[in-house]
Amino acid sequence: MAEDLFNSFMNGPDEKGRFGIFGGRFVSETLMPLILSLEEEYDRAKDDPTFWAEMDDLWKHYVGRPSPLYFANRLTEHLGGAKIYMKRDELNHTGAHKVNNVLGQILLARRMGKTRIIAETGAGQHGVATATVCAKFGLKCVVYMGAHDVKRQAPNVFRMRLLGAEVIPVTSGRGTLKDAMNDALRDWVTNVRDTFYCIGTVAGPHPYPAMVRDFQSVIGKEVRWQLAEQEGEGRLPDTVIAAIGGGSNAMGLFYPFLDDKSVNIIGVEAGGKGVDEKMQHCASLTGGRPGVLHGNRTYLLQDDDGQILEGFSISAGLDYPGIGPEHAWLHDTGRAEYVSITDKEALEAFQLSCAMEGIIPALEPSHALAHVMKIAPTLPKEHIIVMNMCGRGDKDIFTVARHLGFDMSDTEEGRDLDD
Amino acid sequence: MTRIDAKFADLKAAGKKAFVSYVMAGDPDYETSLQVVKGLPAAGVDIIELGLPFTDPMADGPTIQLAGQRALDAGMTLELTLQLATEFRKEDDTTPIVLMGYYNPIYNRGVDTFLQDAKAAGIDGLIVVDLPPEEDEELCIPAQAAGLNFIRLATPTTDDKRLPRVLQNTSGFVYYVSITGITGAAEAEAGDVGPEVARIKSATDLPVIVGFGINTSEKAQNIASVSDGAVVGSAIVSQIGAGKSVDEVLAFVKSLSDGAHAA
Repeated sequence: MAEDLFNSFMNGPDEKGRFGIFGGRFVSETLMPLILSLEEEYDRAKDDPTFWAEMDDLWKHYVGRPSPLYFANRLTEHLGGAKIYMKRDELNHTGAHKVNNVLGQILLARRMGKTRIIAETGAGQHGVATATVCAKFGLKCVVYMGAHDVKRQAPNVFRMRLLGAEVIPVTSGRGTLKDAMNDALRDWVTNVRDTFYCIGTVAGPHPYPAMVRDFQSVIGKEVRWQLAEQEGEGRLPDTVIAAIGGGSNAMGLFYPFLDDKSVNIIGVEAGGKGVDEKMQHCASLTGGRPGVLHGNRTYLLQDDDGQILEGFSISAGLDYPGIGPEHAWLHDTGRAEYVSITDKEALEAFQLSCAMEGIIPALEPSHALAHVMKIAPTLPKEHIIVMNMCGRGDKDIFTVARHLGFDMSDTEEGRDLDD
Repeated sequence: MTRIDAKFADLKAAGKKAFVSYVMAGDPDYETSLQVVKGLPAAGVDIIELGLPFTDPMADGPTIQLAGQRALDAGMTLELTLQLATEFRKEDDTTPIVLMGYYNPIYNRGVDTFLQDAKAAGIDGLIVVDLPPEEDEELCIPAQAAGLNFIRLATPTTDDKRLPRVLQNTSGFVYYVSITGITGAAEAEAGDVGPEVARIKSATDLPVIVGFGINTSEKAQNIASVSDGAVVGSAIVSQIGAGKSVDEVLAFVKSLSDGAHAA
């Protein structure tokens, strides 16, 4: 790659935090000095072997990394085409990829002497991961969550509270994930001196998109050596696929392969009820256009006046009207392909994974799996697909039951805490 | 010289401090909002800050966020906001109007088109909360070139090292945000604000106006006495939100401007 440095896809962002026209630092002046000091601190940590040694130790002993790369043989046989591997990040502590990034940010917060951590959460996975790591390090944790999601995701709310976090239901705006992010930013502006904002995805002002990507890249780096171990030295995947809300699990899988031209990269957005119908989806790239929100320029769902629209998806984790700026750039440059999958298709994939592999996936990776189901049968048997199984589905069984017409009202009261 | 520069020259000649009021365009509806804006100069307002509604006002508190929602629900747009300014300008060609809001509706319209339209509508300056100096090329520099003032926020976190950067492409006046926080939240204290204003004034010749956390006539007077003027937003907007009549709102504005002008 060295001889091809100028054409590398791995050089971004530039010194202004831009990936092409996307990214940037669109924040109020109050936050700007803090964003700059965060960037300085991250630049120092990135080149500090002791920082990464601590990360590696925690990833190994606290999170359980490396997560397995699993050959899904029955699914492969059933679909009758490409060979399908699953990167099992749902086996991480807290049940999703979110903790990879949270650990990095909390270690940074500690280096910066911040004592109070705030986070936004949609489905609750990032909130749980943040509450978990804060408990481990004895830090005060405040999680902003849309009031609607607080109701939908009661088990995760209770989990966060058990872990000592304060969960604040957000009723401002429409009470969704984007409003939770607005309120987290308001908290940060108010408590800027002692507070660190732990963003859960590859979005927000620079340096967040790059920093979160770097922490999540452990996923793709592991896939490189794990696949070589199982398929032979130098064997790269032919296709990598991941689901995208903000896009952190996808950037983590994609980034280490950006300069491997033979690797097809596919991001799967939430198509909700279908991208053709009026905004009943969360597919920012396929159904939105560039705009500025939450500190960065990226593709956004918005109306003719530039007002932000609500996304719609069966999966609360994909329910965000924007997408990470690096994805917007990879989309425009054509390096990655972005497709959308409907709720219905995701539900079918969810059930297939349960039945064929004994793995209950979260609804988010079910979207990625649904696209695998579409393309695998059309590909030759020697074609290798790696999809990111980025979260487990225990949190989603109530939603899925409702959509499948299964009545769980009798069992709901007696359900276990670790559902 | 813009209307803003002329206004400050007049105030200086008269030995008076500025009173700046913020209202959300289109709150609670276009007609009522237009009546309020038209009445502001007679209520003692020197500069009008006209809020541009946005769905995600992340630096504003609940009062202004709700005002934006009321306006959007009543069908307000950037287009209509500029139309409101145009109608105001038919009757008043001296009171400066500063459009205050967030970048996305402007970016969505296209910066060049927006600047032409804003200029034609009689807008004199812009405050765009989510455009720090690091993003000056987006709108600040084109706006200055188009003859509009670009007014920058300075905050308690803007230290001496950063201050020159914040002042560099600022014109019209400097808006000092008196608290670290959102609009309508904590209360500003003249004792804290005075030294900060002095710090900024030592680095610029521009007038320094203070906003955030000013909600009474007395507070407006105290803050104006240690600066070049005071901004009140949320306190006025909450009167509109409570359904007060145009006359009641303007009477309240008059009490605030009397405070600031007594400084």
